Amino acid sequence: MLAAVENKSASVEAKPVLRVEGLKAYYQMNYFGVRREVRAVDDVSLTIKRNEIYGIAGESSSGKSSLIKTIAGAITPPLRVVEGSVKFDFGGKELDVYAQRPAMKAARWKHLSYVMQGSMNVLNPVRKVKHAFHDFAFKHMGLSEGEFRARVESHLQRIGLDPRVLESYPHQLSGGMRQRLTIGLATVCEPEFIIADEPTTALDVLVQQDVLALIKGVQQRMGSSIIFVTHDMTVHAAIADRIGIVYAGRLVEEGPTLDVFQRPQHPYTAHLIASLPRIGDTRKRVALGGKPPNLADPPSGCRFHPRCPLAVDKCKSENPALLPRNSGRVACWRAGEVEAA
Amino acid sequence: MTALLELQDVNKDYRVGGFLDRSTLHAVKHVSFTLDAEKPEIFTVVGESGSGKTTTARMILGNEVPTSGTLRFMGKDIAQIRTRQERLEFMARVQPIFQNPFEAFNPLTTLDYYLFSTAKRFLGLKDKVAVDAATDKALQHVGLSLAEVRGRYSHELSGGQLQRIAVARALIPGPKLIVADEPVSMVDASLRMSIVNLFRELRDTLGVSIIYITHDLSTAYYISDRVIIMHKGDVVEAGRAEEVLGNPSHEYSRALRSAVLPPDPVVASAIIREKLRAV
Repeated sequence: MLAAVENKSASVEAKPVLRVEGLKAYYQMNYFGVRREVRAVDDVSLTIKRNEIYGIAGESSSGKSSLIKTIAGAITPPLRVVEGSVKFDFGGKELDVYAQRPAMKAARWKHLSYVMQGSMNVLNPVRKVKHAFHDFAFKHMGLSEGEFRARVESHLQRIGLDPRVLESYPHQLSGGMRQRLTIGLATVCEPEFIIADEPTTALDVLVQQDVLALIKGVQQRMGSSIIFVTHDMTVHAAIADRIGIVYAGRLVEEGPTLDVFQRPQHPYTAHLIASLPRIGDTRKRVALGGKPPNLADPPSGCRFHPRCPLAVDKCKSENPALLPRNSGRVACWRAGEVEAA
Repeated sequence: MTALLELQDVNKDYRVGGFLDRSTLHAVKHVSFTLDAEKPEIFTVVGESGSGKTTTARMILGNEVPTSGTLRFMGKDIAQIRTRQERLEFMARVQPIFQNPFEAFNPLTTLDYYLFSTAKRFLGLKDKVAVDAATDKALQHVGLSLAEVRGRYSHELSGGQLQRIAVARALIPGPKLIVADEPVSMVDASLRMSIVNLFRELRDTLGVSIIYITHDLSTAYYISDRVIIMHKGDVVEAGRAEEVLGNPSHEYSRALRSAVLPPDPVVASAIIREKLRAV
């Protein structure tokens, strides 16, 4: 079984489909002359290869959703990109999200799509489901009405939905079916890159595995890349090839899923994994003390130092860079010193 | 054994639909269980959405009257509470904690208002010093202090801290029973354990019994003494946590148990691959 997991990561092609370099996106507010800056994404660099599922983990208000929105180019003021770039590579053609706005618009949904959180909010409650497909995908596919309808129906069948759902209203469908629909919506154009924000958070436990298997299956069939965000580490364990851990707007650790779970290098990651409850184990789990940092006024040096059990003086003054270590990257002055949980 | 809370064959029906297509929805069917007054415990109600677990909680809190059956709290039928005095006494002994702390507290009201008004109402305190002392004591139990909370609004604190304040508020009257309806589902996975550990502490140090309502089997296993599993209003399985969750016998509980993904990449990815092959 171990060999299978390693094989899976080795078969991932080397050429990156997404390159994020030194990305800084801040919420900049200016009320009555009082300037406030919230550094939600602070100097994040990452690459995502073709045919890879990349999971982003972190607590709420750590900036993981802001990061994913910035990558999608779906940000509105007060969130602004201050520095850095987000570049996609679709079929050998480079596309800079923030420099080539018109090209980006054309690429959307055809090459790059988005599975949104809370499927009920995506589907208009007073219009039939078929209209959502028409609105999102029709103009990107270049098909006639009839061909488009046939394509949508065969696509829905492949993801395990009866094409009759097209004629129903969202409230007539269960939560699991709606989430399937939003995944169908995001994948009907067979995009190379899919962004998913908490794809399973609002679902009942019983359908969660099916939806995860669906995402994985669609990804394998189309050979696309997925970046997804969730705070639920078990979802990362189930489908991610690599995981990036975000803390206070910064990427603090990144690596292949198995390595991150078995040999976490950053104390925050180690804590996240050690605190997961498991059935069959009632040993006391220690929760992380302290409070999440305020991104408008983050701690100096390493942002994790006020809550870190391993913090030394250096951590308070100097910010550690994200450096390669073992199979991944980690930003910590005491990387690897944490005991394996 | 004296019973703290006793549910006897409790049913709750709702009428749904209009004039022509009226039907009855059996939200809770024949639920019976007893909590011991001498032995505080964490009693967990597990079920997915629509299983009737929240309706059960509302009946225990006295917010909903059962269609048939009786709920007795310390020997007294909850449905027979009539006077304001009786109701206050009951509410002081049974306190709720809600699902979403961001919705439970009004964003335009400072959090200390909730704590102070609870202290004034249930403890009958009048002077400010006594109110402050009672509030601070409750906050100390959850690892906070009045100095940290005074004058703060809900947006200034994290979900985990807000949920702690909700617990502190519930502790002020000195309750015997806390009914917590999905207290951690809106809280981050990393903060979940701090809330759940807090329940353990309350049971052990203050002797408060807790009815913990959840759909999360892994935290249920972690803290519960006893568990019941509800499905479409029926209790399908009941017993000690290790037995019910570790080795479920009913078909539905087994399905629920196998739907939980383990936090282990090797096992979890194997489950997903298995599902893929089945499709």
